[in-house]
Amino acid sequence: METAKVKCTEFLKELTDYLDGSLTESTKAELDEHLHWCHECHVVMNTTKKTIEIYRDNQIYELPESLRSRLHQAIMTKCKGAKPSKKNA
Amino acid sequence: METIQKRAGEDVSDELSLVQSAKAGDLEAFSELVNRYDRNVFRIAQHITHNEEDAQDVVQDAFLKAYQNLGQFQGNSKFYTWLVRIAVNEALMKLRKRRNEKTVSLDEDVETEEGSIPREVADWSPNPEQIYGQSELGDILRKTIQGLPPGFRTVFVLRDVEGLSTEETAEMLGLSVPAVKSRLLRARLQLRERLTKFFKARKNGDGQGEVH
Repeated sequence: METAKVKCTEFLKELTDYLDGSLTESTKAELDEHLHWCHECHVVMNTTKKTIEIYRDNQIYELPESLRSRLHQAIMTKCKGAKPSKKNA
Repeated sequence: METIQKRAGEDVSDELSLVQSAKAGDLEAFSELVNRYDRNVFRIAQHITHNEEDAQDVVQDAFLKAYQNLGQFQGNSKFYTWLVRIAVNEALMKLRKRRNEKTVSLDEDVETEEGSIPREVADWSPNPEQIYGQSELGDILRKTIQGLPPGFRTVFVLRDVEGLSTEETAEMLGLSVPAVKSRLLRARLQLRERLTKFFKARKNGDGQGEVH
């Protein structure tokens, strides 16, 4: 395969698309090849992936049920006194 | 590699009819829409404002505003996307008020001290979720993300926590797609850098940070 070797800075630029799975097959193959021999980029890729997952899996701002129902009630009370505008409806 | 995108508001089958009913003044239908998205709106508001009281206000104000302006919702974007745009604006207004600044803006594209060059290159092992209790881990994650500039953490939260697409995030924040991508990359790398310092320190058992 005639792929020029990807440098670490180039890998970093593509990291977001790599993690999101939004690269073309050929670009992904080039980056995979880089990851195969570059331990540092492999670790950075891996820990960035874990960073995203840890924030997704541990919702740090959950809405407690008691507060939730209070807010819901307050919203609905306010809406009762307001009417949706018919503009552009 | 499998995609790590997750979608918010997947259940859209009857959403349009709920919106139509709510437009006609059906409060039950609007109540159902509140039930679907109040948790998401609260999370986003908390991430932006870092203040629970403000986040509660944002949830109320955003839903009320959405209800009052349903007539302007065209249905060519998802209701959730439209709602979040309102919530983000409300949250930014709260943040500006709290900071007494006019400069809190999603347009700010600041260079932070860390930049985007990874310095801490160490794997997290064992998995932080195995080491920390949920509340301790929550504290670490909160403190870490609070250090990011508002423009960075908003993009990270919408894309990676709430699972919106790059295009939706761009549209919602009034940014270009390349601007969203650039902020997302830097937000991810900076969070990674900070968390690595933490998790590596813990692994080394000194609790003080990187010692290599």
